[in-house]
Parts: sequence; C-alpha cells; structure tokens
Amino acid sequence: MEALFDNREAILAGFWATIRLAAMSALLSLVLGTLLAALRVAPVPVLRWSGTVYVNVLRNTPLTLVLLFCSLGISNTLQLNFDVYDPSFNGYWLAIVGLTAYTATFVCETLRSGINTVPLGQAEAARAIGLTFFQSMRLVILPQAFRAVITPLGSVLIALTKNTTVVIVAGYAEAAFVMKEMLYESTGGTLEIFLGFALGFVVLTLPIGFLTGRLARRLEVKR
Amino acid sequence: MALENVNKHFGELHVLKDINLEVAHGEVVVVIGPSGGGKSTLCRTINRLETIDSGTITLDGEPLPAEGKALARLRADVGMVFQSFNLFAHRTILQNVTLGPLKVRKVPREEADKEAMELLDRVGIAAQAAKYPAQLSGGQQQRAAIARALAMKPKLMLFDEPTSALDPEMVAEVLEVMTGLAEAGMTMIVVTHEMGFARSAARRVVFMADGQIVEEAAPESFFTAPSSDRARDFLSKILRH
Ligand SMILES: Nc1ncnc2c1ncn2[C@@H]1O[C@H](COP(=O)(O)OP(=O)(O)O)[C@@H](O)[C@H]1O
Ligand SMILES: [Mg+2]
Repeated sequence: MEALFDNREAILAGFWATIRLAAMSALLSLVLGTLLAALRVAPVPVLRWSGTVYVNVLRNTPLTLVLLFCSLGISNTLQLNFDVYDPSFNGYWLAIVGLTAYTATFVCETLRSGINTVPLGQAEAARAIGLTFFQSMRLVILPQAFRAVITPLGSVLIALTKNTTVVIVAGYAEAAFVMKEMLYESTGGTLEIFLGFALGFVVLTLPIGFLTGRLARRLEVKR
Repeated sequence: MALENVNKHFGELHVLKDINLEVAHGEVVVVIGPSGGGKSTLCRTINRLETIDSGTITLDGEPLPAEGKALARLRADVGMVFQSFNLFAHRTILQNVTLGPLKVRKVPREEADKEAMELLDRVGIAAQAAKYPAQLSGGQQQRAAIARALAMKPKLMLFDEPTSALDPEMVAEVLEVMTGLAEAGMTMIVVTHEMGFARSAARRVVFMADGQIVEEAAPESFFTAPSSDRARDFLSKILRH
C-alpha cells in the first residue's frame, strides 16, 4: 500500500487526466458518430459512400497507429498543433482527436443497428408529412435508435475509457503513464501498483455500465 | 390531381402501366383490386415516396417537384394514411399530430396544440392525447394517424388500405371518420375493399389489376354489373367471404 500512498497525488492526477480524456472524447465521438450514422443512411450515394469509407478505414486501424499518427504525424511532421507552447494542452487535444476519430466509428455502427430497429414505415410517415431527411433523422429516427442502443453504447464508452491508456504511445500523462513511471521507479510492490490501477479503472467504468443499463430500461420505446 | 401515362418498374417488373387518372377537387375515388396489382405503388407515387419512370403527375396543375424543399412542401400538401399506422412510437399522440405543423409549417406551439386537440376530438380520441401509440388500440392508432395527416391541412388525402390491419370490430370507427371527411369535402383516394364505404362515400371506383386501370365506374354499377371479366372474377372472390 505504501507505494500507492506515497504516490497518491501523481496517481490522482493521472486518473483525472484519464477522466478528462474519456469524457471529452466520449462527447465528441457521440456527435461525430451520429453524423457518420446519418451519412451512412443518407439518400445521396456520395454521402453514404464517404461515411462507409471513413468507418471502415478507422475502425480497422489499430488505435495505437491512429494515436501515433496524431502525435507524430500531425504534430511533429505536419506541424499542426493546438498550442505549441503548452505541450500538455497540445497532447491532450491531439489524443482527443485520435480517440474521437476512432471511437466515433463504433458509435456509428452501434447507432446504425439502432436505426434498423425503427420500422421503415415511420421514416416514410415522417417524409409523408413533409419532414426533410435531416429533420426525420433528428426528430423521428435517431431518438428511437439511441434508446434502442443505450446498453451497447455503454460498452463503447467503457472500451473508450480503457482505450485512453493507449495514449501512452503519444506521451500524454494519464493513468497508465503514471503507472508505468511508478513501475520503473519502484523497488517492490509491483502487484499492489497493478491492482491499485486496475481498481481505479473498474471504479471509472462500472458506473457507466450500471447507469446505461438503467437508462436503457427507463427510456425503452414501447412498440 | 392528374396522372398521365404514368409508368413504373421495379427492375423487370412493370408495376404501373400507362396509368391515367384524374381526381377533381372534393372527389372521393376508391381504388380496388387484387393484391400485387400496384395500388400501393400508385398511392406512393402520388406523394413521391416512389419515383416514376415516365409520364406526368400534376397537383393543381403543377407537376410534382423532384426533390429538396419543394418536394417536402408537396408531401406536406398530400396527406397519407398507411395500412400499418406508422405512428412515431416515442412520441405521444398529441406530439405525433403536432410534429408536422411545428416543424414543417412553423406554426406556433400553442396554436398547433389547440388545432391538434380539435382534430383529435374530431376523430374521437381527444382523451388519448397524452398516451403513447403502443397504449392505443389499432382503431385508435389509425384515427390518430388520420389526425396527424389532417393537421397538415392537406389538399389531398391518400389512404392505403387503412382498415386492413384492424380487428373487425374497429373497422367501423375508422370508416366513420373517413366518411365524415368525405362529407366535409376532402379530396380522397382510398385503396380499400370495404364495399360499404365505397358505396356510401365514393363517387367513383377504379379497378386496378396487373398494374393497369381495368375499369372505372360509379360504385353502384361497378359492384352490381362490372363490365370486365377481371373485375367480375375479383368481386366474386371477395363476395364469397
Ligand atoms: N419496393 C419494391 N421493390 C420491388 N418490388 C416491389 C416493391 N414494392 C412493390 N413491389 C411489387 O410491385 C407489385 C405491386 O405492389 P403493390 O403496389 O404493393 O400492390 P398492391 O398494393 O395492389 O397489393 C407487387 O408485385 C410487389 O411485389
Ligand atoms: Mg398494397
């Protein structure tokens, strides 16, 4: 316990960084994933096609590569940065770009399966009263699609929270990074350190599963 | 509303063959015919849920717009009632009825709510306004769907077998609402096999089979003395039940 206690400030800072990464990426992935899902069911072939290409490329690329591309490719080579004078701020946003670009594809595919649970007739009825494609998505299809996939979306968010640890390859100091440093420096207590961090992640992710499960039951659409 | 030489294919299948049909203001036309004859497709082409391959469809002398805002406006002017109701499951009955007026017509909420309640009252389900579709019987759901279409103040109403999915005891309540509409002077195209309704409310019966309009007649003469063999054959089948 000593190893953990002595480093409590670094550990808390690491987990706080993890929470900030996960929360912002979750928010942005939900937005981007919803847009992608709309593209993938759009009536215009070009839009559908671009959505499909994006999802299939990003979803099948290892996250490590995506994040390396963001930190080394975008930042070092292309010199596109959020703020060159603040490496921590910069690293945070570059990591979020990578996590969002990747996670949005899973949000998109999950939502698309939710869209499939909405009877086609409702989309036709929406068009028949004069709603445009985007209006019928926003007002009729997506609200029902979301409710149908709250539980699997929770799984996507849990995966995202754990995936934030991959940001270690980009050198941003979140929980896994702190753990790595501690393991390097410590002379003992390896198991404790591991268990402590593992528990930290369970504490973060367990409520996501619990809350989304409850929400799913509460918001279920009766057919 | 007029269709001229309208043709439509689904791949190899020729579903609408040179359809010519005119419907005057305030006229009620019943379309009848065997399953697979193209009746639903006909309705769907009129508000352009399906495109056509050739021919013209005009509403008030204007050809149907192909896409975009103009198409959405056209659809708002043509009400459609489906066999399977298709109410929005996550919205209350009142919200189903007000959605179009609020988002398409940009009517202020208070006015939209007030008009929706009047319509729900007119179709006899004002008491169900706050419920969700799944809490209503089939007949009530279909009446809500009619109110939703009416809320757009359409120039024309299309009904595609509105009573076919209903339990027998609920057919009458829906037909009663439709008869009321017809009497109030609404222009209607109704696909139905309900001969009682056709006789009492329709001015004309159109018999459709294999993608063609085979026969057009006043209801009484169509049901008592159809002139084509196809119609005679079809009527003998539905009358036997
Ligand atoms: N979306 C579609 N794709 C392919 N074929 C279709 C489609 N919709 C209808 N059809 C076919 O077109 C024909 C006419 O169908 P429909 O208009 O539904 O007839 P009805 O309403 O008179 O029963 C049928 O043979 C049907 O199988
Ligand atoms: Mg049909």
